[in-house]
Formats: sequence, structure tokens, C-alpha cells
Amino acid sequence: MFKVNVQPGRIARRALPLLPFIILVIAYMVTAQIRHHENPKDKLVPTGKQLVDGFRRTAFEEDRDDEYRLWVDTLASARRFAIGVAFLFLGVIFGLHMGTLPYAELMLYRFTLFFDKIPALAILPILFIVFGLGEVSKVALIVMGVMPTIILDTYLRAKAVPHEQITKALTLKASNFEILYRIVLPKIFPKVLDTIRLNLKAVFLFLIAGESLAATAGLGYRIFVVRRYVAMDIIIPYVIWISLLAFLTDLGVRIWIKKRYPWLDKS
Amino acid sequence: MPDHVVKLEGVTHRYPAGRGQMRTVLSEISLRISRGEFLTIVGPTGCGKSTLLRLVLGSERPSEGKVLMNDVQIQEPDRNRGIVFQRYSLYENRTVRKNVMLGLELEQFSLFDPYLRPRLCRRRRREFMIKADEYLERVGLLEHADKYPHQLSGGMRQRASIAQAMVMQPEVLLMDEPFGALDVGTREAMQVFVLEQWRRDHQTVIFVTHDLEEAIFIGSRVIVLSQYYSEDDGSAAQGSRIVKDAQVLWPLPRPTEVKHTREFNELMNSIRREGLDPTYLQSIREFDLSHGDAVSWNEDLGWEKR
Repeated sequence: MFKVNVQPGRIARRALPLLPFIILVIAYMVTAQIRHHENPKDKLVPTGKQLVDGFRRTAFEEDRDDEYRLWVDTLASARRFAIGVAFLFLGVIFGLHMGTLPYAELMLYRFTLFFDKIPALAILPILFIVFGLGEVSKVALIVMGVMPTIILDTYLRAKAVPHEQITKALTLKASNFEILYRIVLPKIFPKVLDTIRLNLKAVFLFLIAGESLAATAGLGYRIFVVRRYVAMDIIIPYVIWISLLAFLTDLGVRIWIKKRYPWLDKS
Repeated sequence: MPDHVVKLEGVTHRYPAGRGQMRTVLSEISLRISRGEFLTIVGPTGCGKSTLLRLVLGSERPSEGKVLMNDVQIQEPDRNRGIVFQRYSLYENRTVRKNVMLGLELEQFSLFDPYLRPRLCRRRRREFMIKADEYLERVGLLEHADKYPHQLSGGMRQRASIAQAMVMQPEVLLMDEPFGALDVGTREAMQVFVLEQWRRDHQTVIFVTHDLEEAIFIGSRVIVLSQYYSEDDGSAAQGSRIVKDAQVLWPLPRPTEVKHTREFNELMNSIRREGLDPTYLQSIREFDLSHGDAVSWNEDLGWEKR
């Protein structure tokens, strides 16, 4: 267990990664069992059966408005998420220009660096006042919160491209446009994609923060609404659902990068 | 077209050396390079041979003097001067074939052609591929055309870079220590390979190396650049000068055995003493500038034979 130089066996390699999950589930079950034994009406730690039931009710049963809540919420959140991420790619273009064109760098680098330091949640009130409580302010929060990071990361990666490769492109008759979009961008894109992947966590964070304050549907909205009724049997399945979605998105992007860019991180 | 493709007229180059000081790297370099010449530039570490190459490439401008190509001053790197670097010549996100095709594609590129004239584009692409494959075959890499650079050995990578530069048929091919990172055996094979290519089409080449043996073996004209000399009045040197400019006599094809002949070693020893030895300070007037193209540049009189 505390030895550095060991080769874990086949069983250990399969079982050990699952172990923490199993421990967590068992600990939870035991706690729920004990609490329900003492007080059958306990709301704080619902049993597994109650959780499954809560999930089933939100996912497969119509609510008062004849809607399947979980799916409506998921769709609403997914839309905001997708629009927010789409804007992040605009940040990639920004960073690319800053990292390759000296004039763009001079004009925008300091500004972005400063902008990056503004805590996005602090300007959320301003966003609500300016854009109202609708969709725009929620997407704006995501963009304000995550875009500077993406811009700065793309900038650094574009700047790290060896100048030999730029010079080489010039000797191959590349125009400035081509250097940006056919030499530098394809080279740094997978790394940038990876940065976006790592920042998806922040995207989710701002999404839920925005939804919790003003929305009519959405995963974050729902958690905060049912909190009033201490509906743990809804909250916990929602949290697991959100985490699962985030995990799968992350995994998808990771697999895509690995498949699509076989040359990455070699040599 | 003028006989001399590249000319340097009294080129002096300085770099800022901190605290407002300037350091002279190259001092009054004058040089004419004939079409079809295989010029090698050799010199001790820090003599500015790579700087000289960058001036010809156009990625830097001289502090004083002019660098001309076909009598036009060089402004920026362009498609008439191909370059092979020691590293980073290939784009790691492209296969070998796509690396070689890159220049052809960039030259013909139009944003809207793929939509407006798809058939023309497809035909062009096929032509580019045929041409790229022709050059890949020439450098012996056709069977590796679909591999990525990281899957190739160092020598193969440099051969691919050479194909990538040559497919553009530049007037001058510049090489900045292209074999510096290769092991001895591969290095010699690459020297023979480059000589074969040169024998075939007499491409004008400027080849920078710190390896004296390589410079003498591979070139048709060797220039030694050195900061180890003394000025007329005996004062210390200010920036490197051309201390030797010699024709290399052995004919082509040139087997690697010439490296063991007496003449080869005599030339090597004399260059080592005059150019590379920091303790041996030759006076400016003793420089051996025996090559037919060796010149000095004078603002009023123009070129002067040395």
C-alpha cells in the first residue's frame, strides 16, 4: 500500500478505482437506514428507494404543468451551456490574433489581463440590471466568467509557436491570414480545446449560479427551488445528474481530442 | 538576370547588449554569391553565422549596408529563399506529404475557390499531390508520406524539410545547421544526400554549420567568419569579418573518402588556425580571400576585387 515501486495486479487495477464509490454509497445507505430507524419521516437523508422514486417522479411523471421536469430543466440548461461555450470559441479567435499580431497584442493584452481579474459574480447584478433577468444575462455571466481565461490561454499558446515555423511559412508564400488560420490555429487548436474542456467546470458553475438567482427552468433553478421544501430526494438525484452530464461531456471531448489529433503531445 | 543572386554590400549588424550598449556582431561584410554556388559558412560559436543567414533570409534587417537579391533589397522572408532549420521546419500537425504540399497550397490559396470552383480545386490538389510525391520520392520518403513528423527519425525529418523547401523551387536554399542535431553516421549520409541533390540541379545553397569538416566537404565555396582577428592598427576586433574565402577544389561526385586526403586536412588545419583559434589573431591584411568572387564594397567605387 505504501510502496513506490510496485506493479498492481489485475484485480487491484479493476477494483480499487471503484472502491471509494462503493464506500461512499454504503456509508450513505447506513446513515439513511439509521436515521430512518429513529425517525421514519426523516427528510435530510432519504433512503435509496426514496431517491429512485424522486428521480422517477421528475424524469418520467408529468408535473402540474404537464411537463417532464428533468428533461425540461436539462434542455433549458443545455441551451445556455451551448450558447456560452459557442462564445468561448470567439475568445479563441481573439487570443489567436493577440498571440500572432503584435499590434493586436499591444492593444488587447493588458486589457484582457485586467478583465480576467474581475470576479464575474461581482458584476452579476450589473448584468441583471443591464440585460434584465432573461437568458442574455445568464449567458453573459458564463462568457464574462470564462472567456478571459480562454483568450489568455490561446494567446500564450499562439505566442509559444516557434518563430521558425512562422518564418518557414513566409518562405512558403503564406499570407498573414494564412499564417493565422492555416499554420498557427490548427497547431494550437487541440490544446485550446483541452483548455476549454478544463474550464467546462467553470461554465457549469456560472450556469448554476445564474439560474439559481433568476430563471423559470434549468437544473440549477430546480435545485434552489426545491431547497425550500428540503426535498433532498430531488436535490440529490439532480446533483448526480449534473455531475454525470459534466463528466460525460468531459470524457467526450477527451476522446475526441485523442482520436482526432494523433500527433498531439508526441516527439 | 545578374550573375550574382545574392549580394551583401558593407553589411554591419549590431544587437542591443543591455544598458544602452550595442554589440557589433558582423562588421562590414561584403559578399557576392554566384548562381549555382554551394556556399558554406563556418565559424566559431558566436561569430554571427546564423545572423548572417537571417539577414539573407530577411527575418532581420542589417544595421548598416544592404542585402540584395537580384539587385533588389531584401525586406522580408519570401518564397524565393527556402529555409531548412535545425528544428521546427516541419509542422507536427501535418503528415509528411501534407507538409510538402503546404507551400504549393498556400501559393494557390483562395478562400472561395473550394465553393466557386470545386473541380478546379480538386484537380489542383491532385497536381500538388503528384508534385509532392515526386519530391518525396527524390528524398526517399515516399513510403513514409502518410506518417506524422514524430514518427520519423531525425535524418528523415530533415530530408522531409528539404523536400518541403525544394518543392517551391526557390532561387536560393538556406540551411541553418540542418544536421546539427543528428548523430555522426546519419550526418554523413545526409551530407552525401545533399551533395547528390546539388549535383542534380545546381540549386544555389547557403549552408551554415559549425562543423568545419562538413563545411569543406559539402561546399563549393567556403567562407570562414570569425571574431578572432586584429584590426589594422592592432586593436581588438569589433564584430566578425570574413577571414577566409576559398574555392573548394575536389570535383563531384565527391566520395566521403576525400575527407581523409592530405589536401582536405591541410585546408581544415589552416582554417582551424586562422578562423577558429581564439589565440591566433590574424591581421586584416593577411586574410586569405582567394575566391574569384571575394570582394570588398566601397560606397564610392562599388565592388572591388580583393
